[in-house]
This record gives sequence, C-alpha cells and structure tokens, in this order.
Amino acid sequence: MMDGAFIWETFLRLIVALRVTLSVWALSVFFGAFIAAGVAWMRGSGVKPVEWVARAYVFVFRGAPLLVQLFVVYYGLASFPAVRASIFWSFLRDAFNCATLSCALCTAAYQSEIFRGALAGVPHGQIEAARACGMSGFLLFRRVIFPIALRQALPAYSTEVISMVKATALVSLVTLWDVMSVALKIRNDTLVTYTPLLVAGAIYFVVNYLIARAFIFIEQWLSPHLRARSA
Amino acid sequence: MAWTTALGFGERGWGPALLEGAVLTLLVSIAGLAIGAVLGSLVAWSKLSGVRVAAAIGEGYAAIFRGLPELLVVYFVYFGSSAALTGLDHLFGGQGFLGVPGFVAGALAVGVISGSYQAEVFRGAFLAIAKGELEAARAVGMGRWLSFHRIIAPQVLRFALPGLGNLWQVALKDSSLISVTGLSELMRTSQVAAGSTHQPFTFYVAGGALYLALTSISDRVFEFAEARATRGMRREAH
Repeated sequence: MMDGAFIWETFLRLIVALRVTLSVWALSVFFGAFIAAGVAWMRGSGVKPVEWVARAYVFVFRGAPLLVQLFVVYYGLASFPAVRASIFWSFLRDAFNCATLSCALCTAAYQSEIFRGALAGVPHGQIEAARACGMSGFLLFRRVIFPIALRQALPAYSTEVISMVKATALVSLVTLWDVMSVALKIRNDTLVTYTPLLVAGAIYFVVNYLIARAFIFIEQWLSPHLRARSA
Repeated sequence: MAWTTALGFGERGWGPALLEGAVLTLLVSIAGLAIGAVLGSLVAWSKLSGVRVAAAIGEGYAAIFRGLPELLVVYFVYFGSSAALTGLDHLFGGQGFLGVPGFVAGALAVGVISGSYQAEVFRGAFLAIAKGELEAARAVGMGRWLSFHRIIAPQVLRFALPGLGNLWQVALKDSSLISVTGLSELMRTSQVAAGSTHQPFTFYVAGGALYLALTSISDRVFEFAEARATRGMRREAH
C-alpha cells in the first residue's frame, strides 16, 4: 500500500497540480495587495463616507468564511442571466478567474489591516524630521514612510501570505485541479486511503516552509541596522 | 419562488433550516475551541516544561498543523478518525465499520487546527505573568496545584483572552470547511438550499450574512469578557 513507486507517481501528479495552486496563490496575493493599498488609503483618507466603505469592506471580507465568498462569486453570480449576458461573463465563466478573484478580495481585507497598522506604526518624529529637511508628498513617502512601514509589515505579511497558500486548497471545491483536488481524485481512483493526502500535505508543508524562509531572509536583508556588527 | 419566500419561515422557506445550521456551526466551533484549548495548553506546557522530548513533540505538532491547509486537515481527520475507531473496535473483536459522527470529527478537526495556534497564545500568556508573583506564591507556601489554580490559571486566562478571541473567529470560519463531510452546519445547509431552490446567490449571501452576525456578536462577547477580566488591573497612565 505504501510502496515507493506509488508515492513517486502521486508526487509527480501533485507537482504538476502545484502549478494551479501556486498560480491562484501568486495572482491573488499580487492583486490583493493593490486592492489592499486602495482600501488602506480609503480608511486613512479622513473623509467619513469613504472610511465607512473601507470599514465595511474589511468587515465583510474578514468576517465571512472564504468558502462562502468563493461560492457567492462562482455559483451565485453565474445564476443571474444578466451576468451571463454581460461583458464580465467571459471572465466569470472560468473557475480559475473566480477562484483568483475571491481569494484576492479576501486577502485584500487582511492585507489592508496589515498596511494600516504598519503605516500607523511609523514614528511621528521621523516624519517631522523629514519635513524639517524639506521632504513632502511622494518623496516623503518613498524615502521615509514606505521603508519603515515595509519593515514593520513584513512579519504579519508573511503570516498572511502563508495562510493564503493554505486557503487556495478551497479552490478544489470549484472544479479546479489544484494539489488538493488531484490528491482527492487519486484517493478515489486508487482507494489508497492516506498516502495521497500525506504526499499533498508534505508538498504544502514544504512550500510554506520555503516561503517562511524567504521572508526571514528578506527581513534580515531589509534590516541591516539590526545586524551584529563584525568590527 | 421569490427569494423572500425561499428565505422565509413559511412552509417552503429555508429560514428555520438556516438558523439550525447556524446553531450547529456555533456548537461545533465551541467544541472545536475547547478541544483546541486542551491541546494548546498541553503543547504550551510541554514547551515550558524544559523536558526536551516533550517540547519537541509539542513543537512538531504545532508546526505541522500550522503548515497544512485547513481543508486537508478536515479531510484527514474525517477519514482518519473513522479508520482509527474501526481499528480500535477490531482490536476488541469487532467486525464492522464504525463511523465517527460528523459532529465529533468536525469538532476534532477544528480543534486540532485551533490547538496548534492556541499553544502560542497560552505560552505567551504564561510568560506574561510577573515572576515575582510565582515567587511570592512559593514563598507563602503554596504547592504546585494551589499556585496553579490561584495564581497561574486566572492570569493566563486573562492574558490569553485577546488571542483566544482572534482564534475563536478563525475557528468559526474554519468550521465552514466541515461542510465537505456532509454535516449540516450553516455552510452545508446553504449549499443544500441553494441546490434545491436554484437560488445560489440568495442562499450563499444569506449564509454569509449569518456568519457575519455570528462573528460580530461573538466579537462583542469577547470585548465584554476582556473588559471584565481586566477590570482589576491598573490602567497605564497616559
């Protein structure tokens, strides 16, 4: 049951499926970051109605399970004839697009809170000092606010990015052939109970481990002032 | 059928079923959080104990379940718990297949995931207790058990509350994954209703709204609990 050839064969099929998992993950994190930047900006805009929209967005997309959001987009929207007749249909008819869209919308809510926290954490004195030197607007943001906020956001951001890898397993429920659904298919076809799930688990675990290492590396790289001096 | 009728409490309405699903979601999440609390405090204790083997086991459990997709854990616990129960039954001479009830398997899955995160919450809470308090307890002659239930437990609970509140929300949302096992909690009920009425949008949005109600109401409860638990603590001067 647990023979090497079967494990190897399962592994090869799951590695092919890993492309789908990683595509949904990378695209949703990437586009989610842009939406999140927009939401964080709206939240800090100082205009009350705009702030409420941002708050409502975070409340809805963080408060409801991703599975519900995914089903609303994939099954719910498609049930309207008007949607099927609209120009969006060429996008929404594809399960991959729906999956990526819902993952992006969901992670954006979490990411926007991370951005907001990081921006709020920039010491006020730093900004004052930059202004005293004559920086303002974009220059101030690029040289002072962004670098400090980025460093502060990284630990929480890595957690969110890793939790998105795990969340992509849900796309198996909307007909996509990602690692999770291929593992379940192998399980159903061969009636081998655990091996496919164990191999899939190992793949997810290694991917998450590598991402976590990469973030630790970036963190150290971006914090040269915290490194021990050799001299 | 109009969506108001479909969602309503009339003869053909799905309102009661959805509310029952929400109650089941609540129960399975509470059970999951409780199982997670037991596992989490065991892992926290193993890490604080200084016993190397225990710490390694605790660390391994937490690392594995934090690194796996929640859905995979749900499948694994669902398939695995029935197989384990059947195997145990065969050891004692049983012959048939024994299935673990969906509720138990679901609570176990949510609990195993939650426990791997609760471990860190409890460990942090324990480390937040001022050392002097533990020394003082020993100095007045309190034994292990007495100092645990008079000094350590009340403070750990107080310091752990914010973290537990977050993990409660996670457990509530993770419980939606149990729908794949067929347990008729909120998500599964929404799916069934969506299928039989051909109104997926209405029912997934309704399901989502009920989840939002659960998360926001329980958020209030945790806020209240936190305010109550810290009522005797000195506020930091501003």
